[in-house]
Amino acid sequence: MRLRVLGIGNGARRDDGVGVWVAQALAARLGDSLDVRVLGDDGFQLVDALGGIDAALLIDAVQSGAAPGTVHRFDAARQPLPPALLRCSTHALGVAEALELARALGQLPARVAVYGIEGADFGLGAGLSAPVAAAAAGLVEELAANLTDRPCTNTP
Amino acid sequence: MTETTRTIEVNQLARVEGEGALHLAIDGGQLTVAELRIFEPPRYFEALLRGRDCREAPDITARICGICPVAYLMSSCAAIEDLCGLRVPAPLVDLRRLLYCGEWIESHVLHMFMLHLPDFLGYPDAVSMAREHGDLVRAALRIKKAGNGIVALLGGREIHPINVRIGGFYRLPTRAELAPLRDELAFALDAAEQALVPLAALDFPDFERDYTFVALRHDSEYPMGRGRLVSSDGVDLPVARYDDYLTEHHVRHSTSLHSRTADGGVVHLGPLARYALNHDRLTPRARAAAAAAGLPPVVRNPFRSIQVRGVEVVLALEEALRLIDGYVPGDTPAAAFEPRAGIGYGATEAPRGVLYHRYAVDAAGLITDAKIVAPTSVNQAVIEADLRHYVEPNLHQPDEALRAVCETAIRNYDPCISCSAHFLKLTVERR
Repeated sequence: MRLRVLGIGNGARRDDGVGVWVAQALAARLGDSLDVRVLGDDGFQLVDALGGIDAALLIDAVQSGAAPGTVHRFDAARQPLPPALLRCSTHALGVAEALELARALGQLPARVAVYGIEGADFGLGAGLSAPVAAAAAGLVEELAANLTDRPCTNTP
Repeated sequence: MTETTRTIEVNQLARVEGEGALHLAIDGGQLTVAELRIFEPPRYFEALLRGRDCREAPDITARICGICPVAYLMSSCAAIEDLCGLRVPAPLVDLRRLLYCGEWIESHVLHMFMLHLPDFLGYPDAVSMAREHGDLVRAALRIKKAGNGIVALLGGREIHPINVRIGGFYRLPTRAELAPLRDELAFALDAAEQALVPLAALDFPDFERDYTFVALRHDSEYPMGRGRLVSSDGVDLPVARYDDYLTEHHVRHSTSLHSRTADGGVVHLGPLARYALNHDRLTPRARAAAAAAGLPPVVRNPFRSIQVRGVEVVLALEEALRLIDGYVPGDTPAAAFEPRAGIGYGATEAPRGVLYHRYAVDAAGLITDAKIVAPTSVNQAVIEADLRHYVEPNLHQPDEALRAVCETAIRNYDPCISCSAHFLKLTVERR
């Protein structure tokens, strides 16, 4: 099965970089055989990155009002992401819109696990806030175990 | 018209860049006010440039827009190079044109297929359109990606490139690095010609206006990075005299300044203007594509701008291939220069039209004054005039329909309101 890990975010905006942090930590843990891509906020790149694979594991920061470090899990292959969690940008295609465009084009993988980690600090600068760093480390452990046991067990 | 007072409010116009509102007032069946209100907060770019080294101007101003950063890079370089009397060697000028081709391709394709085409095919957005026109959207995304590839390679990254500097680039690509772009660009050129076929069959409103077109014009090439400022009514000036021709004025309803000619005239910038004033400079396949699409040498129907953009995409792809094939890396990535005191003027053709920069620099090379006029800002007045002329014969339509035609008319220009801010809320007041 062709699995691709997609880390979304901007490492220069503190917790916004948590998706990138998790993706890179998984790459460091599991080695070069893992197909990892780090993406910024251009949703068209995401549409492209969803093509030609069987499963996608997507990690991004979210801001829903939940406690910082809360990990939200979605099965995007089954249904669209909840709109309330998603930023709406007039400039770029957001993650939810990119997933819907990929779905409309028939290029959404059969399995799409989306992990949204609730951020606390989206200000300028590098590094994650403490609750987000702890949640990210925990998620890396969980995902690494799943990915080495069986490929992508996150979706039914 | 039996009704005398109607009020329509649209809180947000989707598929333009930025935030704004449209206010229409209809009094006794007559349209009395059509105001495009830009209410994004001012961004103070001109002020924050003061005191900065003139070599920083390209990278700072590129942040004004995520869709056309290359245009900002190119206009600011042109202005500072003008100030310093710097002659950029031909291979570097060619490489900059290649970079600009990349931006035209990605920006035009985004505008045409993601923002504007849903209007003509009757969809609320590109995602809905993609469900029934998947092949067209897939092709568009692939063409756009080919343009992104150029910007990523020459600019160092796809958004807000970092490899451009006064006098040239920080690092030159090798021929071997450019070569892999070629196959995808060749594919995109064929695909862009094909994509123009369904656009030719669209049902465009029967609407034309007698615009005063303004664009750059160059001796030998379709304008991108250089040329003189020309207009359809005979103006022909060096860029340094831009301020003699167009001046900016504050209007109460908008944080975007409006531009007028000395006699109060309104000018039209962008693809229609470039095309009308430079039809003889089109590349062979672009000219053939225009003819195949049924476009005359001057297009005065703003709704057909989607097709003219398509012609320019063909041109940009053709140019990109030519420039890649002819590329021989020079000895130096950038011409050397020393800052000096003076005033420099630069204008290049952003995808949406002439983008003008003017800088005053002191003997230490620090910027003392900056003026940046985004094409969307200049086009505000022409958009309002289009709306007045287009809405007036349509006043009998219900508010929803009226709103849809207004939005489509605005998206003819894809106002990058963020750049001018200096998106759309529509209020219609009928008395």
